Amino acid sequence: MQVQTQDKYTLTFWEKLYIPEILKGMKLTFGQMVKKKDTREYPEEKWVPPSSYRGAPVLVQEENGIERCVACGLCSRVCPALAIEVQAAETTDEKERYPELFEINMLRCIFCGFCEEVCPEEAIVMSPTYEMVFTKYEDAILDKEKLLTPVEQLRPRLEFLRAHR
Amino acid sequence: MEFTDILISLIKIIVMFVVVLLTVAELVYTERKISAWIQNRLGPNRVGWKGLLQPYADVIKLLLKEDIVPTAANHFIHTLAPIISIGVAFSTLAIVPIAGETITMFGREVKMVIADVNIGILYILALTSMGVYGLTLSGWSSNNKYSLLGGLRSSAQMISYELSMGLSVIGVVMVTGSLQLTDVVSHQAGWMWNMILQPVGFITFVVAAFAETNRTPFDLPEAEPELVGGYHTEYSSFKFALFFLAEYANMITASAVITTLYLGGWQVPYLELLQLPVGLVIAAQVLAFMLKVAFMLFVFQWVRWTVPRFRYDQLMNLGWKVMLPIALANVIATGIVILLIS
Repeated sequence: MQVQTQDKYTLTFWEKLYIPEILKGMKLTFGQMVKKKDTREYPEEKWVPPSSYRGAPVLVQEENGIERCVACGLCSRVCPALAIEVQAAETTDEKERYPELFEINMLRCIFCGFCEEVCPEEAIVMSPTYEMVFTKYEDAILDKEKLLTPVEQLRPRLEFLRAHR
Repeated sequence: MEFTDILISLIKIIVMFVVVLLTVAELVYTERKISAWIQNRLGPNRVGWKGLLQPYADVIKLLLKEDIVPTAANHFIHTLAPIISIGVAFSTLAIVPIAGETITMFGREVKMVIADVNIGILYILALTSMGVYGLTLSGWSSNNKYSLLGGLRSSAQMISYELSMGLSVIGVVMVTGSLQLTDVVSHQAGWMWNMILQPVGFITFVVAAFAETNRTPFDLPEAEPELVGGYHTEYSSFKFALFFLAEYANMITASAVITTLYLGGWQVPYLELLQLPVGLVIAAQVLAFMLKVAFMLFVFQWVRWTVPRFRYDQLMNLGWKVMLPIALANVIATGIVILLIS
């Protein structure tokens, strides 16, 4: 069997003195010390996600204040984490059906975006919201009132979906 | 010894104590800031303006914690050890002169040093070797294998480096002809700093000082990844704070001693050409001393975040096979040069 060996690196006289090498290292760290830092100071300076970002899923609310959702239940069906619950009811509106109950359990949601992909009405989309803090289990289950988001706020995401689907 | 003498000494001690304590607090801050900057972070910036009150928040946190003494530990020595550490760290500063001129206080000429003892250098060496008791006793009394290892390491390391430290100081003593620190400083007038007269001695002394203060690259007694904190593993709350304080006070002491012995102490080159009044001269001297100490403190922290820790055998090899012969050769060379000149 052939074994590859590497020659032991022999130090030069100046390297053996050790002090010059330490000074070199200190020069390097000093350079790092005065370099501009890339840290974003989070609570004051917030990151604005690009339109491709998958944040919390929300329901699209049209200008007339009614949700686009027709309660077909596909999102609930496709959800791998079983986070969505939909109960349909009839309505006199043009769309004929609407969700009587629409709940997303944010503790179960894995932000995969399948619900948004499967939705035939573009009624559920992933919003750019990434700050989700819940102090009680009940708070984490978002009902329809909390999920409804005006369509203007979701315009970039809707355009992104049109362009890439 | 009259009442006024005692009063003056007390005032000097209190001033020194307060200054050192405040410096320790801000050293913790600068240590965190410098480490952060070197690692491309921002460091603490939330408590107070630019995070300047961070060390005080840390101290409050430490003091509010429960003080735990392990059941199997020797309670008396476990409590004694941090007291030794802190006492030694502070008392060394008593003989460091911070200005050359004298000031008049209560109708007396007062020297800008707490105690101008004529065996100053011996006093420093004696007290810094006492510091090892704090670490060793804490390691032993904790009844914990990691603490014991840390204590053992500290004693072996301190003894090894004490030798080369003492031998490098001999060079300074030979040049100055006195053990008194005020004489050592006044001998370094202008640019005749011992750093320039004794470059080899300076390097060995600084390296030995790093080892004496247990700072990286010689922080083997603590060595977090291998010894879970070393000698202070079993300490918490106020006692841990004392060890922390002692470490940084030791750093200040080491910087002050390096400044006094090698960087010319309070000497400001070309100051006498300006013909300043006495008050301004004192201010300039104190400022120069403080700036030099601050620079040394910065170097301590800078090195800490640059150089990785030595292995134990490397540490011993360096101490006995490199530092000791170099320090010895320095003593002989200094002797020959002095003989040739005189």
